[in-house]
Amino acid sequence: MNIDSIKNGIVIDHIKAGQGMKVYDFLDLGKLNCSMAVIQNASSNKMGKKDIIKIDSALDVDLNALGYIDPNITINIIQDSVRVMKYHPELPETITNIIRCKNPRCITSTEQQLPHVFRLTDRQKDEYRCVYCESRASR
Amino acid sequence: MRHIISMADLTVTEIDELIATSQDIIISPVKYREACRYKKLATLFFEPSTRTRLSFEAAMYELGGQVLGFSEASSSSAAKGESVADTIRTVCCYADIIAMRHPKEGAPTVAATHASVPVINAGDGGHNHPTQTLTDLLTIKLEKGRFEGLTVGLCGDLKFGRTVHSLVHAMCRYPGVRFVLVSPEELKVPSYVKIPLKEGSVPYEQNTDLVSVLPELDILYMTRVQRERFFNEDDYVRLKDSYILTPEKLAHAKAGLSIMHPLPRVNEISTEIDQDPRACYFRQALNGKFIRMALILKLLEVSV
Ligand SMILES: [Zn+2]
Repeated sequence: MNIDSIKNGIVIDHIKAGQGMKVYDFLDLGKLNCSMAVIQNASSNKMGKKDIIKIDSALDVDLNALGYIDPNITINIIQDSVRVMKYHPELPETITNIIRCKNPRCITSTEQQLPHVFRLTDRQKDEYRCVYCESRASR
Repeated sequence: MRHIISMADLTVTEIDELIATSQDIIISPVKYREACRYKKLATLFFEPSTRTRLSFEAAMYELGGQVLGFSEASSSSAAKGESVADTIRTVCCYADIIAMRHPKEGAPTVAATHASVPVINAGDGGHNHPTQTLTDLLTIKLEKGRFEGLTVGLCGDLKFGRTVHSLVHAMCRYPGVRFVLVSPEELKVPSYVKIPLKEGSVPYEQNTDLVSVLPELDILYMTRVQRERFFNEDDYVRLKDSYILTPEKLAHAKAGLSIMHPLPRVNEISTEIDQDPRACYFRQALNGKFIRMALILKLLEVSV
């Protein structure tokens, strides 16, 4: 399967097979006008199968938040058809409005306009807690 | 500017300083009589808690300050659907410090992000209640003269009682402290509360029988076993009496035991015990005023 290589943009590689659309939704890529490809079940030496997203545009979003979905994702930044940066997203310290607090006793349950903010409380255990009620985020 | 939302907002040194200030207030109350003159405390009680509110208000009056606020949501703008953020921004125009109680967990955190004056959490649902824990610590210090080397019994609902969890957390940093956790199986301390005990190698035992452990205790902290915590009525009826402190049970305890209770009490401590010098729950309520005075002074950065 051939996809044109991109000039200026981002390649999000090593997405666990089947998770590509989740990343697509998470970054809200549907709103972009640039050319873009979501490749599903590409073969991978390392992973067997993987998903890849290629975006032909410089994205103005915090890609580190992808670390919450999967820290094994690789992010490649492409400028003038050359890869200038390659990194794994780190687990973000806080994530805002990506997951919602499910605790019915939490203040977010009654105040609709409040942002749902979770803070990383244990990096080893990949544990996030609501900044308001301290409930653990359920994946 | 500082807010006190949970005990984690205070360092160990600061807790010791608050206790020391409270002790000084008890010795020389006159010295503090004008300390907060022309300052106003807003007590924003989105759910009623007369005891806690009166304690805060008495504290502010004894510092020479003034008090304004509301005692339940229905008499506040929250009943009209105003957000916590907007209420706080408004109140900050009128008050120098805020004590806030709210039925929802985390509401004081929301308040603190919008406040231009210090916010004290006076209880957010069953979540945090730092001034209760400070009250408990001051009481132990006054009754025992120390924290070290005490055997602390906690009895009743240890599953949902956050006050108990917070006290365990605060006490386990003192050397030689040992905990005896007495509760029905259904209401045992959740495992996350035991983590600091295990990590700090703090000795503890769990038991379902109060009488058998009473002779060991220096402190007995009683809490209420509530009917609604049980799945069926039979279990509640079967268990409730075993966690009621009576003079007969107390006969097994040390002469130097201190009996504590966050109040209000329903029936978990027999009223016959009130006259016993070991009953210190009403002194504990009084201590709540002193520690809140110390906390208000600290947050308003008033030095006496
Ligand atoms: Zn929450």
